[in-house]
Amino acid sequence: MPENPLLEVKDLRITFRSRDSVNPAVKGIEFSLGRGETLAIVGESGSGKSVTALALSRLLPPPPACTLSGEIHFRGRDLMTVTEKELRRVRGKQIAYIFQEPSASLNPFFSVGHQIAEAIRLHRPEVSDVRAEVIEALDLVGIQRPEIRFRDYPHQMSGGMQQRAMIAMALSCHPRILVADEPTTALDVTIQAQILDLMQRLKEQLEMSIILITHNFGIVDGFADRLIVMYRGDIVESGSTEEVLSDPQHPYTKALIACIPKLGAKQERLLTIDYSAL
Amino acid sequence: MNALLEVRNLKVYFPIEEGIFRRATDYVRAVDGVSFEIEAGTTVGLVGESGSGKSTIGKAIVRLVDPTEGEVYYRNDNISSLDDRAFFPFRKKIQMIFQDPFNSLNPRMTVAGIIGEPLEIHFPELSKRERGEKIAQLLTEVGLSPDHMNRYPHQFSGGQRQRIGIARALSVEPEFIICDEAVSALDVSVQAQIINLLQDVQREYRLTYLFIAHDLAVIEHISDFVLVMNRGKLVETATAEEIYANPQDPYTRKLLDAIPRMPTISGG
Ligand SMILES: Nc1ncnc2c1ncn2[C@@H]1O[C@H](COP(=O)(O)OP(=O)(O)O)[C@@H](O)[C@H]1O
Ligand SMILES: Nc1ncnc2c1ncn2[C@@H]1O[C@H](COP(=O)(O)OP(=O)(O)O)[C@@H](O)[C@H]1O
Ligand SMILES: [Mg+2]
Ligand SMILES: [Mg+2]
Repeated sequence: MPENPLLEVKDLRITFRSRDSVNPAVKGIEFSLGRGETLAIVGESGSGKSVTALALSRLLPPPPACTLSGEIHFRGRDLMTVTEKELRRVRGKQIAYIFQEPSASLNPFFSVGHQIAEAIRLHRPEVSDVRAEVIEALDLVGIQRPEIRFRDYPHQMSGGMQQRAMIAMALSCHPRILVADEPTTALDVTIQAQILDLMQRLKEQLEMSIILITHNFGIVDGFADRLIVMYRGDIVESGSTEEVLSDPQHPYTKALIACIPKLGAKQERLLTIDYSAL
Repeated sequence: MNALLEVRNLKVYFPIEEGIFRRATDYVRAVDGVSFEIEAGTTVGLVGESGSGKSTIGKAIVRLVDPTEGEVYYRNDNISSLDDRAFFPFRKKIQMIFQDPFNSLNPRMTVAGIIGEPLEIHFPELSKRERGEKIAQLLTEVGLSPDHMNRYPHQFSGGQRQRIGIARALSVEPEFIICDEAVSALDVSVQAQIINLLQDVQREYRLTYLFIAHDLAVIEHISDFVLVMNRGKLVETATAEEIYANPQDPYTRKLLDAIPRMPTISGG
């Protein structure tokens, strides 16, 4: 647990309600994130990773469809109690998001450069040469000849390039925390490796913290400092990445690591998770 | 010839059309001179990055695209030169399972309809009751319950929808199944279940697989033989053991290097 963390979440509960059902999606979890630290949230689909991430800047649907409780301490305030106006200063500017699908962030009708420029104008009104800032952002994420590519529309870019452009947009506002929700799940392994390297480099360069959300333990090694494992809305295990990977304690963590096919392992059958034993 | 399927010098070029006369100014060489064989009862893995031409090979085999050049032999028949009528029996023998079960399953059809449709086409002699029994048996086979018959695809998780896709493919008693990124969109935990299921039904029905994926660790696990594809060409063909232990082509090594190494732990 880092001392004097940048972000500290306590007893976070998220419940979705519809006319005939109540879904306690997150059941009172706590975790913290240090300055310059990378935290991974690992778990299967539906375990509550994305809603936890969205809760951090209160991006979930309003009550009664979704109720939220607990504490989210960020830079000396509890985001659970601040006004909508203050929240708007946090979203995108302090806590920025990237998603699996670039289409979730990039608008197909505007050029990539235009969209990054809009984000900079909104969050950093002090910037006078916005165009130069856009080009720098694209350059930062490794897009070649940014002064030409910034006119590209999303569909003119490959999946890996779109992912880079989305990262450029998220980072152009110099956030304190980058939340990356399954950022490489849809990408080829070689591109995945490049994007993870890129995020690692930018984290150091920009002195920010990262929350990486994934269902795959395979990508956290060497990337995340610490990790938490979520199962059905609860944290079942947390610790340093090395510790958890080399000596997982919870049966669910062990199962989630064991089910990944390993190169050269020559397994007859893959191990699967025995949910009845959990 | 011992091979169940043989692809000889397959080329699939897509024209890039330009101008008001839609003249082909150039071609995307999606598949550019590919040859391989698949022995009956084995799994051949086809791996490569997106855009390398993997799906186009699968589509050319089942004639969803026309080859520009080359032939596909199924046992001794050149199936690339058959007309639709003559190809019909091969539509039963060769099945395909796709990545996104939701897109490939008709959302307005119940599970019974989805699995029953190919049965009606290829086994018209079955009575309604016999068809119902067969659907129930297939659902059990893939780890679902016969009670699921009257539900719709959106009522299932991604893994369950992939099980429905497998049941549909199995319904017509195929010999050969092309799995195109069939497990790529699934969580690792669900992926493991589906891979095991595919291997179970392969053993049970002596199926032959062409298993297409971009994940080399999955390919190495499931395949007897591996084809590595880059930009429309096969750059390496070898047994799964050799691909891992002794990769020859630099591109294969690049793919191997990009895969995160996982600690091997006991448990699960
Ligand atoms: N907007 C929403 N409305 C209703 N339920 C939701 C909504 N978003 C998520 N949920 C539910 O919350 C739970 C956790 O979802 P999520 O955080 O997206 O899981 P993960 O990201 O771990 O796959 C799931 O049961 C999901 O169905
Ligand atoms: N119907 C089509 N028309 C034009 N180009 C196509 C068509 N289908 C595929 N391609 C192109 O052929 C190449 C190979 O595609 P594909 O076989 O889908 O690759 P993979 O399955 O390995 O990702 C890509 O450049 C793709 O854009
Ligand atoms: Mg999610
Ligand atoms: Mg494909």
